[in-house]
Amino acid sequence: MQKLFNKLTVTISAIAVVGIVGFSTAVMAGGNDEGKKLAFNKKKGNCLACHTIAGGEMGGNIAPPLVAMKARFPDIAVLKAQISDARVNNPNTIMPPFAPHGILTSGEIDKIAAFIHSL
Amino acid sequence: MKITMTATIAALAISLSPLTAVQASPADDVKAFQGYFKNKFKKTPFDDFVNGIYAVDPASRKQWEEIEEFPPYELAVEDGEAMWNKSFANGKGYKDCFKGKLEDIRSQYPFYDEKADTIRTIEGDINKCRTDNGEKPLKWKKGKIAALSAYIAFQGRGKPIAIKMPSSEKELAWYNKGKTFFYAKRGQLNMACADCHVYNAGKSIRADKLSPALGHPSHFPVYRSKWGSMGTLHRRYAGCNKNVRAKPFKAQSDEYKALEYFQVVMSSGLKWNGPGARK
Ligand code: HEC
Ligand code: HEC
Repeated sequence: MQKLFNKLTVTISAIAVVGIVGFSTAVMAGGNDEGKKLAFNKKKGNCLACHTIAGGEMGGNIAPPLVAMKARFPDIAVLKAQISDARVNNPNTIMPPFAPHGILTSGEIDKIAAFIHSL
Repeated sequence: MKITMTATIAALAISLSPLTAVQASPADDVKAFQGYFKNKFKKTPFDDFVNGIYAVDPASRKQWEEIEEFPPYELAVEDGEAMWNKSFANGKGYKDCFKGKLEDIRSQYPFYDEKADTIRTIEGDINKCRTDNGEKPLKWKKGKIAALSAYIAFQGRGKPIAIKMPSSEKELAWYNKGKTFFYAKRGQLNMACADCHVYNAGKSIRADKLSPALGHPSHFPVYRSKWGSMGTLHRRYAGCNKNVRAKPFKAQSDEYKALEYFQVVMSSGLKWNGPGARK
């Protein structure tokens, strides 16, 4: 757990650096495309099971629709934390603990977060 | 670390559930559980909760009613009737094991058997009857056992779910085992039965609408279009466990028998209406 936390902090600070440097548009597009695939894939994020997301079909209505995410999460690190382990904000949440249960790797979560942040 | 966290969460889940006090009696639990669904689905008449998702989703109900006009479980009921009337090699038959009126059999299950300290289910007793008479047991989840269970359920339609409330220490132990199972998060996806069938009943998970847990066991065994065949309640339990990437338990395991017992207690006052048809 401590290790995981360290890893998270490392990735988060890495993102912060990238944030300052800024994404090139090409990297953004490529990253988001992959992030979208991972988010929609039933064996990976399967976010559509519960959330309605633009560009995805048959989104569920268990959870809030994911729209205007930059306004909701100005800091992408906060968004990543929510995707990594939603239990921190709501211990009884139905949203799967993607990082601690090994459903998604931290690399995959980075890509999904970039895509979700672009919505 | 993970283990302690899951345990805390399971405890929390119980405290946040409609069954507020952990020490509440089963009768209090029934009241809270049924009250929660009555309040959540005000337009659904109580008796209608035996119809699963169709009790709360008018959009899919019509199509289901059309299916019920030529019920896909009819063949199974006929096969079950033939089994009922056929003798075993020793000349005895199911009729010799299940005493009393045919229409009274279904509503007697499940029940707590004090001598064996276990929960007896209809499928369990079908196979007990076979092995007691020197026949091989049937496979648990589908096929012949579901056919005979469907015939017995069909004959017992309309009888009230009037299971004896657990009261002895051992009955309560079985009841609490089932209750804990129902509210505990499990599997890689970390979801409890209650997450889908209590807190999010009536909502959509992708293309599927989630049925309320009230009335869950009433119509089993069920013909499910997705299976293309009949299945028992424990077959369905295994499917729901797999969906959250948890290792399913065996049909007729203590875990699933306790879960069935808990679910039937929660459905007290409704009427048996098996077999059923579902998507
Ligand atoms: C099984 C249901 C489920 C799945 C699958 C799921 N979520 Fe969630 N999510 C929820 C619920 C419910 C909430 C509301 C807050 C809570 O209860 O935790 C939520 C909240 C969120 C939020 C916060 C929204 C806000 O405005 O506060 C984000 C962001 C989010 N989810 C992203 C995702 C992403 C990305 C995925 C896939 C990788 C995903 N979720 C998969 C159920 C789910
Ligand atoms: C991820 C969500 C989810 C979880 C968790 C879940 N189920 Fe289900 N369950 C479903 C869906 C979807 C269906 C099919 C639609 C329906 O009838 O609800 C279903 C169907 C059922 C049915 C058949 C209902 C009927 O009317 O025929 C039963 C019984 C059932 N589930 C019991 C359980 C139990 C008990 C658990 C816990 C061990 C559980 N489920 C966990 C999603 C879930």
